[in-house]
This record gives sequence, C-alpha cells and structure tokens, in this order.
Amino acid sequence: MKTTAELQQIATQVRRDILRMTTNAKSGHPGGSLGTADWFVAMNFNLMDFDPKNFTMSGEGEDMLFVSQGHITPVIYSTMARRGYFPVSELNTFRKFGTRLQGHPSTEHGLPGIRMASGSLGQGMSVGVGAALGKKMTGDKHLVYTMHGDGELEEGQIWEAAMFAGAKHVDNLIATVDYNNQQIDATVDEVMTLGDLKAKFESFLWKVVVIDNGNDMQQVLDGMAKAKQMSGQGSPVCVLLKTKMGFGVDFMQDTNKYHGSVLSADDLPKALAQLPETLGDF
Amino acid sequence: MTHYEKQSSKELRAGMGEGLVEAGRKNENVVALSADVKGSVKMDGFAKEFLERFIQCGIAEANMVGIAAGLSLCGKVPFIGGFAEFVTGRVYDQIRQVVCYSNKNVKICGSHAGISLGEDGATHQTMEDIALMKVLPNMTVLVPADFNQAKAATLAAAEHVGPVYLRLGRSKMPCFLPEGEKFEIGKAQLLSEGTDVTLFACGHLVWEALQAAEMLEKVGISCEVICPQDRRRRHLRGAPLQRRPRRQRGPDPRPPLPHSDGVRRCRR
Repeated sequence: MKTTAELQQIATQVRRDILRMTTNAKSGHPGGSLGTADWFVAMNFNLMDFDPKNFTMSGEGEDMLFVSQGHITPVIYSTMARRGYFPVSELNTFRKFGTRLQGHPSTEHGLPGIRMASGSLGQGMSVGVGAALGKKMTGDKHLVYTMHGDGELEEGQIWEAAMFAGAKHVDNLIATVDYNNQQIDATVDEVMTLGDLKAKFESFLWKVVVIDNGNDMQQVLDGMAKAKQMSGQGSPVCVLLKTKMGFGVDFMQDTNKYHGSVLSADDLPKALAQLPETLGDF
Repeated sequence: MTHYEKQSSKELRAGMGEGLVEAGRKNENVVALSADVKGSVKMDGFAKEFLERFIQCGIAEANMVGIAAGLSLCGKVPFIGGFAEFVTGRVYDQIRQVVCYSNKNVKICGSHAGISLGEDGATHQTMEDIALMKVLPNMTVLVPADFNQAKAATLAAAEHVGPVYLRLGRSKMPCFLPEGEKFEIGKAQLLSEGTDVTLFACGHLVWEALQAAEMLEKVGISCEVICPQDRRRRHLRGAPLQRRPRRQRGPDPRPPLPHSDGVRRCRR
C-alpha cells in the first residue's frame, strides 16, 4: 500500500509518460489519459487486489478491471508498466509497428494485464457483467471493475448492460464513469446531454457514489473505498468520477482539443516542465 | 453413389438443444444464454435441467455477447442462442472485438438461418451470416446437415476451444445421417462418390444435393457430394480428394469473337 503522497508522485510520473508516449508516437489520446491518471494509479497500486507478476487470463482469486474506452491506452499502459506488468522501457514502443502496446488494447500479442480487446465503445460493461457472473458461479469473492467515458454512455449497449446488472443483482461489479463532460466533437452536454446521470443509474437499480474531484488522490481513494463497501449488497455500484480532461498541464486542461491529438515536439517540454520527473522517465 | 434413406423429419435446432443438454451433463462449465428466445432456439431443455447455468439476457443481444465473453474468462463455456440474424449481423462488431479478436471460448448458436424462416419475411432471413462469420479471425463455422449432425456438432463445439458459429435452420428437415456419429471439426464429409460432377453443400441443402445426385445418376451423370465443415481445412475422411483428369475437349465449334485474332481466350 502506498501513501497518498506516494500515489501522487506516481501519478505525476504517469502523466509524464502519457505525454512522452503520445508525442513519441505522434498519435494517441492524451486528454482522457491525463484526466484519469489519478484513478488508475489509485486502483493499480492501492485498491485492486492482483499480482502483476503472475498474470492469468482467468483472473481467478484476484480483482479484474476492464477499461471500456480503450483509447486511453497511454494511461493504461503507463500504470501497468509502473505497477510491474512489463518493463517500463517497453512504453517506448507505444503504437509502433509490431508492438504489444497497440493504440487500442488487444490480446493477441499476449500483453500481461489485458484480458479483452477494446476500442469499439460501449462493450466493457457487458464483459464486466459476464466476468462478475463468472466469479459468482465459481465462488470467487473478488470484485470486477469497469471504466467508461461519459461520452461512451451514448452507446446503447451500456444501458443494456446496466439494465441487466441492476435487474440481476450483479453486486460484485463496480463501474466507474470518467465524468469530464468532454468528447471529440464538443462537450457531452452539447453532443447529447446525460441529464441527471446519478438518477439514471439509480433508476436502473444501481447504487451510486459521486467523487466530486477525481483529480484529488485522497478523494479518489475515499470514494472508491466507499464503493467497495457498498458492493455485495444486492446492487451493482456506479462511481461518477468527476475529472478534468487534460488535468496536470494548464494549457491542456478543460478542453477536448487533446482528446485524440498530441503535443508537438516543440510543445512537449513546456508541458513536461509542469510535471516533475519523480520515478525516472522510460 | 451412396443412397441415403430419410429416417424421419426433425428440426436441426432441436438437435442443438439435445446436444447442449448432453454437453451440460458432460461439462459443468457449459452455460447457456438466450435473448428471450430460449424456446425458439431449443435451449429450454438445458434451462430446465441446469437452471443455475442458464442466463436469461432479455432482448439485448449485444449485451449477451459481451456477457458470454466475460464468462469465458472464468473458465465457462458459454453457448448463446438467438435467431441467426440477431446473433450475427446485429452484433457483428461485438463478436469481432470481444469474441474473435480476443479469441474467447464462446459458442454462437444461430437458429432460423437463411430462408428456412420463409414466412417471417426478409428481415429474418439472414443470407449473410456464414459470410460474416467466416471472415472473422479464430472463428470456426459449423453448418450441420441434419438433426443428428446438429447434435454431434454441438457436442464438438463444446469440446473445441475457441469461437464457434453453429448455424441452424428452423424447419423440419429429413434426418438421414447416422445417430451418434462423431463430428470432426475441419473434416469435410464425402457423402457420395462420383466421377463427373462434384456438388458441395452444407446445412439444409445437403439433402437436396443428395437428391440431385440421385436424379443425375439416372441420366448418366455421376455426382460426388461433399459436405464441408469449417472453412480453414478441407480434408476428406479416408483418402484425400483425388483430382480427376480434365475431359479432353474438341475444337470450339463456335465462330471466333468479332475483332479477335481467332484465338478463344474467354467467353461466356
């Protein structure tokens, strides 16, 4: 277990990784990755129970995570590497020909930690429901986590899965929504407002935890701990994680400009100057 | 020429249903999922015998595919059942991403395939499902020819590790293959030997091909009938397929094409 200060240091390094990986690859999705870095670090280092050195596809006897918005691979891969799934130096290969670190996660290259391909949006909650049912059938008490973008909630399949999980009492499932109100074309409110999202999930028979500042490490830790406590009581749990897209670099924050575009080599040093190297760059 | 007797008329989907129950008895990890059509796709027998291993997904096929993929991670062998169009075309992207591209041990049972669902109209008559499924990575496509083979194919699908699409029709069709014969994935069946023409057929059309072969036999044309199973390997039971020498043709009696140099290259 890491202290909150240690987790913050790791998150800063992860943000450096995200920017260096995407500029190095000249493509990728830094915006959502920066916004969710604190959550991914908290989950990987403190909240989830798993052994990165002994990865199994079945996830038996450990918590499982499915990231439904597969485009945020920079934060996924960086936290996985920093947690010990694979060498940090491999981050250099991100999006390069022949890499295990494809732009969207895939399983065919056998990257430890990836159990399901994602990229086509809206499918991760269904997979999480299936894995959660599987854990119930096999008597495994561990939890299944899923992560979703808020724009992704426009996909109908999300609500098929949400309806199922609530109706069938899949209470070993915790789904987190990166609630940053940004998507590619505009804000989520402009594209397709979500209305009262908390009430929506509650009407689908879920319990809901709201984390008001998903870029505050302590709030993330406390909110997710609360969600874990609420699991196992007959309802799936949804966490509305309010984050800022691009968090950590002032000129990248609160805009969808960097959803799917990267910093130029000239702009990269300006961003990195705001994020001190804490664990050593890859 | 091998003559096949019609022993009875049965639905292939019912063969799948019986096979699924038997697979469930053999392997406690076999689970079944249906999108509100468990009776139509003959999963009700399994649901009755293994209530705790049957998952009613409601009318939400996309979610059902994802749930099946998740279950497979935990060592389960999920069979999902629905009308062929709605468990292939409707959910093509889901099958592509979380079943085939992720190479998960999910079995897709598509009933009411092709024009066998004639009365329901064009929206239900999937003609594209085999084409859609066969181009997906890791996917094995099985199209059994009668009730007995559908049952055997279901048992084979349960033992095979990897995605399978099992295509089944709705209507009663002649039952002509032996009961209890093991279904070997990847091996084509040479159902009847012949020397003039080869007929390849799968599913409901195998019986029709055998009837055609008998009719042609009567007018002096010897037909070979082959039922392929799975696109990737085409082996024949017993001896490998022998290529016959081409028949010698005489000179083309037709006049040359206009403006040609007189050499016949291609014409229809």
